[in-house]
Amino acid sequence: MRRSILLAGVLTTSLTLAACGSSDDSTESTTDGAAGASGGLTIWVDDTREAPVAAAAEAFTEETGVEVELVQKNFEDVRPDFLAQVPTGEGPDITVGAHDWLGEFVNNGVVAPLEIGDKAAEFDEVALQVYTYDGQLYGLPYGVENVALIRNTALAPEAPATWDDMVAAGQAAGTPFPVLVQSNGESGDPYTHYPMQTSFGSTVFAQDAEGRYTNELTLGGEEGKAYAAWLAAQGAAGVLDIDTTYDIVVEEFKNGNSPFIIGGPWMVASFEGLDLAIDPVPSAGGLPSQPFMGAPGFYVNAQSDNQLLANEFLVDYMSTVEAQVALYEVGDRLPAVTAAAEQVAATDPIVAGFRDAAADAVPAPSIPEMASVWTYWGNTEAAIVSGKSDPAEAWDKMVSDIQGAIDGS
Amino acid sequence: MSSTQQQREADVSSPRRHDSARVSHARDFGRGFFAKLAIMGLVDALGVYVVITAFTVGSTVIAWSMVALLLVANVVYFTRRALPMKYLLPGLAFLFVYQVFTIGYTGYVAFTNYGDGHNGTKDQAVAALLAQNEKRVEGSAAYPLAVVSNGDELGFAIVDGDDVRAGTAQDPLSVVDAEVSDGVITAVDGFELLDRQSVLAEQATVASLRVAFGDDPAAGSIRTQDGRNGYVYTSILRYDEDADTMTNAETGVVYAENDHGQFESAEGEKLNVGWRVFTGLDNIRTAFGDERYSVPFLKVLVWTFAFAILSVAGTFLLGLFFAVVLNDPRLKYQRLMRSLLILPYAFPAFMSFLLWRGMLNTKYGFINDTLLGGMDINWLGDPVLARLAVLAVQMWVGFPYMFLIATGALQAIPAETIEAAKIDGAGPLRIWRSVTMPLLLVAVTPLLIASFSFNFNNFNIIEMLTEGGPMFRDASVPIGSTDILITMVYSISGLDGGAPKNYGLASALSIIIFLIVATISVISFKKSRTLEEIN
Repeated sequence: MRRSILLAGVLTTSLTLAACGSSDDSTESTTDGAAGASGGLTIWVDDTREAPVAAAAEAFTEETGVEVELVQKNFEDVRPDFLAQVPTGEGPDITVGAHDWLGEFVNNGVVAPLEIGDKAAEFDEVALQVYTYDGQLYGLPYGVENVALIRNTALAPEAPATWDDMVAAGQAAGTPFPVLVQSNGESGDPYTHYPMQTSFGSTVFAQDAEGRYTNELTLGGEEGKAYAAWLAAQGAAGVLDIDTTYDIVVEEFKNGNSPFIIGGPWMVASFEGLDLAIDPVPSAGGLPSQPFMGAPGFYVNAQSDNQLLANEFLVDYMSTVEAQVALYEVGDRLPAVTAAAEQVAATDPIVAGFRDAAADAVPAPSIPEMASVWTYWGNTEAAIVSGKSDPAEAWDKMVSDIQGAIDGS
Repeated sequence: MSSTQQQREADVSSPRRHDSARVSHARDFGRGFFAKLAIMGLVDALGVYVVITAFTVGSTVIAWSMVALLLVANVVYFTRRALPMKYLLPGLAFLFVYQVFTIGYTGYVAFTNYGDGHNGTKDQAVAALLAQNEKRVEGSAAYPLAVVSNGDELGFAIVDGDDVRAGTAQDPLSVVDAEVSDGVITAVDGFELLDRQSVLAEQATVASLRVAFGDDPAAGSIRTQDGRNGYVYTSILRYDEDADTMTNAETGVVYAENDHGQFESAEGEKLNVGWRVFTGLDNIRTAFGDERYSVPFLKVLVWTFAFAILSVAGTFLLGLFFAVVLNDPRLKYQRLMRSLLILPYAFPAFMSFLLWRGMLNTKYGFINDTLLGGMDINWLGDPVLARLAVLAVQMWVGFPYMFLIATGALQAIPAETIEAAKIDGAGPLRIWRSVTMPLLLVAVTPLLIASFSFNFNNFNIIEMLTEGGPMFRDASVPIGSTDILITMVYSISGLDGGAPKNYGLASALSIIIFLIVATISVISFKKSRTLEEIN
């Protein structure tokens, strides 16, 4: 009898405590920024972008009297946290983000459409395009980024015309590596290898007449197999190597161990002291190389009670030339606002080089189907480069596996 | 009555006599009582804070649960009874908050379709669909706009060419007399202009306000996202609350709710945003019904057991070996060597795994490049080598723990017992087999079982070292030779970003893993009781 009373007591406590466990969480996350509770704006930023956003926020507060609270978060945490917190009403009003999160954000209903009106004309067309989903704009880009060929002019004075020219020039330079292309061991790196793939005419998803991605997978076909055969040949020749990870390629290039590296503006800060030139990635398959173009930017919370303020902040304060240039200064990305881009490109030949190299760039797909592609794609490329798989067979299997994953999900 | 019985009775009744002689702790207003009062005061203050916060953010369930918990805590600690609970309550509290709640929540998610496309509630999904499908009329102009009020409700006034047109949610825009300077409306006849502060104070209303552009509903309506510029929008989707259906205004297709928390048309076309619903055993069915997973699943299961058993055995034997060697009092620098051996344990395991990954790189890694003089061994790319590498790294990370507990257990064995065995004529091997080892196992077996369950779910080492690779060449899913069950779950439920996220599936599979580990642990603990009988 006594025992059963004790048991009942234990059970009641357990239930209340279970509930109390979640109460602790909720009290903690309210400090994380409940939208609208304070009447001010809450913005999630990562550490590199905090200063420029803070500068714009200060101007905003001065002119409108509205307080802005910046919450610093790890960039990797922003995407899952935004997805998890918006439905609970705890998310920020605005968050920093990347354009390829868009498909997921839209399908989960966490992001609000954004109308920038006539300001659209001031932006780079592709930068807005990558934030457009089904004809609706959802984010405000502040920069554009893509990979290009970074050249150490002390080792290679001329820009190569083709891939083979580049390899020949690299070998003639007498450095340990003719060219550095990052990979990631068995996981591969299809993002960095995409310009080479497109130079064979092989793409990942079909685009419609307006440049929007459809869910029709186009990795297969003869073009894809030609690219796969090329990967195997380059791997066998030792030009491509799955063991050269990001850290290794940056370190080797910094030490002058190769005249060429394929990489983006995020690498440039590591190469201080080298005389660099930026060229488009030379064509390996005869067609133009088309790197993926991405655009970092800002999203508005679909559940925000401060839609007006959030839009005003983004459209009037973050799309100014000053704000965009300030963001360029911390991240080396070419601004998405054309006037700011021109101002920056006039003084910074590196950024201008990346812009010119992006002439043929295509937006990196943000459709949700893309999530099913990366793993298979990277693993297969790595297996082909390292000579473990027969190129044509592995490529065919990859295409059918990806199709299976897309159909299965 | 024998003397032993009397003795026993005296033992049993003595606490009661003790009580009557002295006041109970609960009534004893001594130092102890005030200490308790202070601590309970702190606990209550914290609890009241949580209750108030919970009420302010509208979590009534949490608030009332907290109230109940506070009552229970105060009753338990200020009553003479419930002595066991006084000791158990804090432990139970943490157990339930950290274990039972988590398991309960995982169990709840396992029966839903929470994941990509089913992220929130139905209301949120409806709102998101309507917002996403309200589109600006193509080629329509931007109108300078002012938020106005007719006394009862808010409305918009826009500058349309030379005219100013104003209206509210009830009345479509119509031309009114107004003053405009530099394209900004400064006064509207019949309406009061709202200043910026008032607009911001009403921003939720302003953002959701739609003013019909004309008498014809097809002409769309004016809305604003900043309170200064208006644009003409039309809604492509209409939500019919009574019928609970979505209708596409352009095509006329009607979408009705299906069993999976989505709006679906008769042709099977689904709208992109869905919501969370209970799907029963669907997740389990998906997990075991998908043929693509059946082949790799068995391989992964076998490797998971092999990894967990070999890790425990390997780390324990190595740790035990060092413990025995370093337990010899004749050894010099005993303390220094012990401290050195514990070093891998002092290192954050996360860092160790990443460092090892770098060191095992085929061409640039320290192991191939320096230790083996430039060999080309593909440690993490070959299925067998990768598994060996994982085991070796786990051995490195895990043996200091085993070394510590084995050292402790060895030192706890009374020297007299060993002495007695020696006097009985046992040799060193015999002593080890019949005395030391059994006594040691009594102490460490529960820890070995715990270590097994830990390694069974040792997500970190796999994800940091190999990401499950190298991939199975014959499988159609991105599962590899070193994947254990938990990393496989992480990968197939898309939590690693390699597929659309499916928390429901992930939770269902985690529960299956939990059941496996729990079963094994219960059986092992039962078996280990036989060991204790040696004592």
